Amino acid sequence: MEDSIMEESEQKLETEVAPALIAIHPAQKSVSVSVGSDLRVFNLQDGTGFKLVDENGGHKDSIRAIRYSKSGHLFVSAGDDKLVKIWDTNSWRCIYSVVSEKRVTSIAISNDEMFVCFADKFGVVYVVEIGDYHCENPALVIKKAVPILSHYCSIITRLEFSPDGQHIVTADRDFKIRVTIFPKNPLDGAHEIQSFCLGHTEFVSCLAFVNSQDYAQGYLISGSGDSTVRLWDYASGSLLDTCEVGAKAELLHSNGKEEEILPAITDLYATSDGLLVAAAIQSLSGIMLLRCDLSARTLSVAKVISVPGETFIPTSIGAASSVPLLWMVMGASSLHNNNSTLLVRVRVISGFTATSSKSIEHETSILEDREVPGGESLLEILQGKLSIGGEAFSTAAEAVKTAMRNLLIKKQYSAERREVRKKGRNDKKNQIVE
Amino acid sequence: MLEHESTPNTTHSKTTGLPRKRFYRARAHSNPLSDSHFPVPISPSQFDYTLHYPQLFQSSDQSDGSKKIEFADIGCGFGGLLISLSTLFPNTLMIGMELRDKVTEYVKERILALRTSNPGQYNNVSVVRTNSMKYIPNYFEKGQLTKMFFLFPDPHFKEKNHRRRVISPHLLDEYAYVLRGGGIIYTITDVEELGVWMNSCLENHPLFEALSEDELEADPVVKLLNTATEEGQKVARNDGQTFRAIYRRIAFESNGKVKARTFCARF
Repeated sequence: MEDSIMEESEQKLETEVAPALIAIHPAQKSVSVSVGSDLRVFNLQDGTGFKLVDENGGHKDSIRAIRYSKSGHLFVSAGDDKLVKIWDTNSWRCIYSVVSEKRVTSIAISNDEMFVCFADKFGVVYVVEIGDYHCENPALVIKKAVPILSHYCSIITRLEFSPDGQHIVTADRDFKIRVTIFPKNPLDGAHEIQSFCLGHTEFVSCLAFVNSQDYAQGYLISGSGDSTVRLWDYASGSLLDTCEVGAKAELLHSNGKEEEILPAITDLYATSDGLLVAAAIQSLSGIMLLRCDLSARTLSVAKVISVPGETFIPTSIGAASSVPLLWMVMGASSLHNNNSTLLVRVRVISGFTATSSKSIEHETSILEDREVPGGESLLEILQGKLSIGGEAFSTAAEAVKTAMRNLLIKKQYSAERREVRKKGRNDKKNQIVE
Repeated sequence: MLEHESTPNTTHSKTTGLPRKRFYRARAHSNPLSDSHFPVPISPSQFDYTLHYPQLFQSSDQSDGSKKIEFADIGCGFGGLLISLSTLFPNTLMIGMELRDKVTEYVKERILALRTSNPGQYNNVSVVRTNSMKYIPNYFEKGQLTKMFFLFPDPHFKEKNHRRRVISPHLLDEYAYVLRGGGIIYTITDVEELGVWMNSCLENHPLFEALSEDELEADPVVKLLNTATEEGQKVARNDGQTFRAIYRRIAFESNGKVKARTFCARF
C-alpha cells in the first residue's frame, strides 16, 4: 500500500516535467521557444527579444503547444494552465484568451486562419472562431470554445490540418490517428470521419504532412512510441510504408547499453518540397533525416546528423518553409535537482533541403553558436544564458523521457500486483471476509 | 471443442450442456474509462476470423476478406439477442462486444455449447471482450456494418458520468463511420431518462435519420429487442416500460447538405 502511494507521488513529480518547444515564423521573422510557463520570442528582423503583452500575465503552468499560423500573423500557445492564448505577431499582444475545461495538449490553426482548434487531455477537440482579428479593440477578449469531435478518453497528442485544409487529423495515445472532414461550419461539430490510420503499436507522438506540386493532397507521416515513422495515404487510411528508425538510431549510436524500450519519436518536420523529413528521437543525440519518395510512396533513412561536443537530444524541431535551416531545441521545465530549473538549448542545422540534388551527404552542418541567425543575442534570449553545464543535458533528457513515458504508456502491472490491487477493491474485500 | 465435450464441466448444466449463469456472475457496471489490458487488434485486417468463426474460415483463406462481420451487438451482456439473430440471419456474420470478462466468458461457452448441440448452426456468431467505446475502429472498417445494437446500456445517471454513456454525440461519429449507408442502429432501454438522451443524440446527429413507423413494423429485428435479451425479459416480467430509438445511417454524401434533405422530408 505504502509503496504504491510513494510511486504515485513520484510519478506526479515526473509528469510535471514539460519538454521545451520551438516554433519558427513561416518567413523566419521570429523564433519562439517555450519552456515551463515561459514563452520567449526573438525578433530576427532587428535582433532583439519581443516583449509579450498580456493583461493576464502570461501562462501560469507548463506550455504544451505553440504554433504560428500559416501566414504568420497569429501565434497560439496553450498548456497545463488550461488556457489557450492567441497572440498578434505584430504587437505580440495576447488578443484572445480561451478557457479550456481540461489541460490542453495540442493546437492547430485552420489554413484560412479563421479557426483555432485545440485538444485536451480527455480527448476532446474544441474549435474557436477567430474571425476578424484586426479590430482595433485593445482589450483582451475571452472566447468560448465549442467541442467538435472526441477520441474516447484518450490523450490527444497531436492535432494537424491537412495541406488543403479539408481534413483535421488527430493522433492519440491509443495508437490511433483519426482523419476527420473539417466542415464549412465547424461550430456544428466535425462528424464525418474520413479514415482511421491504424498500424502503430504504441502511442502516436507526432504528425506531419509531406506534399509537393505533383502530390498536392500530400501524404501523412506519423511518429510513435513504437519507434517507427509511418507513411499513410490519409484519405483511405492505408499504411504505405514503415520506417524502423529506432532500430537504425540504436545501431548508429549504440553506446553498449541495451534499451529495454525502443526510443520514441518526439517530433517530425518535413521540408516544403516533401522530400526530406527530420525526426527527433529519444536517446539520439542529434537528428535523423528521412528521405521521402512520394512517387514510390516510400520512406527511408537518409542520414543521422550527430551533434558534437554535447548530448543534445531535441525535444522539439521546426523550420520556416522558405529557409533551409532546421531549428532544434532541447529543454525541460522543473528539473528538481538542478539550480536552474529551466534548461533550454537551441541548435540550428544548415542545408536542410533536398531540392538542389539527390544527395544531401555533404550539405548539412550544425551551426556554431555564432553562426546561428540572430547570433549569440538570440541564444541569450531564448536559452536564458549562453553556456550550459554538460550534466544538465543528461538530467533533462532523462526527465523528459520519463515524463513522456508516464504520460502516454499504459501502466503494466504484473499478475501478482494486479491481484493485490484487486483485493484492495471494496467489493472484493467483503468476499475475503466471507 | 472436442476436449470440452470429453471433460465433465462443472460450470455447465448437465441436461442442456449450456453454461450456468451462477458461475459467471459479474458486477453490473464496468468503467469504460479505465485503461484496458486485454489484446486489441491493431487494425480490422488483423482481426482473426478463423479464431471466431472456425467452421466458416479455414486458416488458408483467412485473408480472403470476402465475408465480414455485419452485425455488432455492443454490450451484448449474456448474449440473448445474438443467439436469436444467429438463426434469423444464418448467412450473416455477427459479433457481440462486452467489457466484463466473466460475462464474455459465459457467452463464449454458450456459443460453443450451442454449436455442439446444434451442428451446422451458430457458426456465424462470436463474442469478444473489448471496450467498444475506445476500439471500435480497430475491429471494423469504414462502412462495414449493417446493424448495430445497443440494448439496455448502463444508464450512468450522474451528470458527471454522462460521458461514460455508450451513446453520445461524439461516439455516434464513430458508429456512423463503421456503419454502411442505410445501416441501422437499434437502441432500447427501460430507463426513461436514458431513452430520451439516446433519442436526442441520434435525432440531433447529422448522419442519422429516424425509421418511419412502417419501417419499424416491417423489421423483424425490432420485435427481438424486447424479447430476446435477458434484460428485456426481466423488464417484461415486471411489466416495465421500454424506450427505443432506431435510426438509419444516411448514405455517404458530401458533408453538409445531407441533413437538410431529411429535415424537409420529415416536417
